[in-house]
Amino acid sequence: MNNYKLQRLLGTDTLLPYWLLLPSFLYLLVFFMSPLVNAIGLAFRTDNGVFTMQYFLQLFHDLNFGSALKYTFLLVAIIVPVQLVTALVIALLVNTGFKGSRFFLYICTIPLGIADLAAGLIWLSIFAQHGYLNSALYSLGVINKPIYFISYHNISFVFWAIVIAEHWRATAIVLVNLVAGLQMISKDYLEAAEVLGARPWQRLRYVILPLLKPAIQSALIIRTILAIQMFAVVIALGGQLVPVLAGESYFWYSLYRSYHMAATYAVLLMALSIIITWFYMWFFRPKAGMVER
Amino acid sequence: MNYRRLQHQTLLYMAAVVIALWVLMPIVLIALASFTPKQEIYAWPKSIIPSHFSVETMKYFLNSYGVLSSLLNSVLVAVITLGITLLVGAPAGYAVARFIFRGRQVYRMGILMTRMFPTALLAIPLAVTFIKWGLYDTLIGVALLHSAIAMPFAVLIITGIFVSVPKDLEEAAMTMGCSRLGAFARVALPLALPGLAAAAMFTFVISWNEVFGATILTVQHRTLPAQILSTLSASPLYFRFAGGFFMVLPTLVFMFLIRRYLFQMWGGATTEK
Repeated sequence: MNNYKLQRLLGTDTLLPYWLLLPSFLYLLVFFMSPLVNAIGLAFRTDNGVFTMQYFLQLFHDLNFGSALKYTFLLVAIIVPVQLVTALVIALLVNTGFKGSRFFLYICTIPLGIADLAAGLIWLSIFAQHGYLNSALYSLGVINKPIYFISYHNISFVFWAIVIAEHWRATAIVLVNLVAGLQMISKDYLEAAEVLGARPWQRLRYVILPLLKPAIQSALIIRTILAIQMFAVVIALGGQLVPVLAGESYFWYSLYRSYHMAATYAVLLMALSIIITWFYMWFFRPKAGMVER
Repeated sequence: MNYRRLQHQTLLYMAAVVIALWVLMPIVLIALASFTPKQEIYAWPKSIIPSHFSVETMKYFLNSYGVLSSLLNSVLVAVITLGITLLVGAPAGYAVARFIFRGRQVYRMGILMTRMFPTALLAIPLAVTFIKWGLYDTLIGVALLHSAIAMPFAVLIITGIFVSVPKDLEEAAMTMGCSRLGAFARVALPLALPGLAAAAMFTFVISWNEVFGATILTVQHRTLPAQILSTLSASPLYFRFAGGFFMVLPTLVFMFLIRRYLFQMWGGATTEK
């Protein structure tokens, strides 16, 4: 048999994967790594290339910085946990495998494809002064004049509108992670627990949740990182009424024309992302006496 | 016992229906808003179902300054992005799926890590670089950024797709005299094609939806989201509603077509370690 040919194929095989990876590696080097390094450069160096902290000092003294940080944190702190619980409920519902559960799951994943800007505009049609929420409240006889949900008199309304819109848009990201995680749990564990007399609640608490931990961890990391860069939903619903960090980066670039400050905000976001990832890794670390899968 | 089971089932279905309505209702409402006559948008009290459906609002949106050209730009950017991403990302996905080699795990971790970085971190320095390179305010520039965003997704998805195409089939073809390239082109590729098409559509959606980078990198040559965002505060409500609906429309179709692959893309890519 042509042993020689097979040998030759195997010989090239050792280098082949590297050749296949090379284009993507180079591409990400030029269009991912180098902008990343440049961003740090923009945040810490003047146009003459001198190291400086002036942009960070300016950022800390920026009028909007405090509230942008506050609102970003509040939004993340409220949205992410609620999304985790909602996604868990939906995932467990799907996992019962009721008739039509696949279709139900498909409906729940529709928002995955909806842009943040579009989601903001969709919810604007509900919360605007001439929006559907006011229409609904009127026809129920609750109000006879429209309520100004979105105005600077009532920032907390705007804030909650953003929470609802973002919850609606991005819960699906958590959901698909959890559903994929649930599918990987062997039915044997659940049957064993049932045979041993575990109540549904106990099965959830002592069997499903511990086994779902890796999926929950990656869902939380991705979701939190995406949530701290929330931008278009906030702008579409509230304009500049509720400042957020990514929005500040955008306005510094497009309104105030300072790419140094814009990059400084971006670097701050990156630092937060790294801290968050590290925090989750620490929080979900395997504890002593626990057996990892 | 049977009665309790029935009760249980009823509760389950009720919960599912409520959640499904919660997800679908806003999409239905924005569709209604986009086909409500212009003056009725500002009416009080406004009825949820308009007195008659009209394409007037959509017409106004499409004829607004810059919208049609930005629509074309969006499609072009998304198609270029799709081309770059598949051309560069597909070989990488194939390599990770098929070969065991030194650095494979490092490469995969690196790809996963890229998702940690915010778009702003890429877009702002790229704007500075693109001004030097003469790519600022060009569709190619936006597509290059979108490809950088979509590439990690594409590599992970395509890896998943080739993992699900049995390696044995390719090996069988090779022992029967096919070259490696022949085995790939005649056996693996046709089997992976539906998955690759799904990956392509997903890349298209990522690009079509992206707004931050596209707004930063353009001035005249806006994509649709960038055009809507940059004129947002100056546009009437009906323009915004029609814009929102128009942005959603193609993604709804694509998401329906690729629904089978969604878990490979989002779930599988992140949970498998």
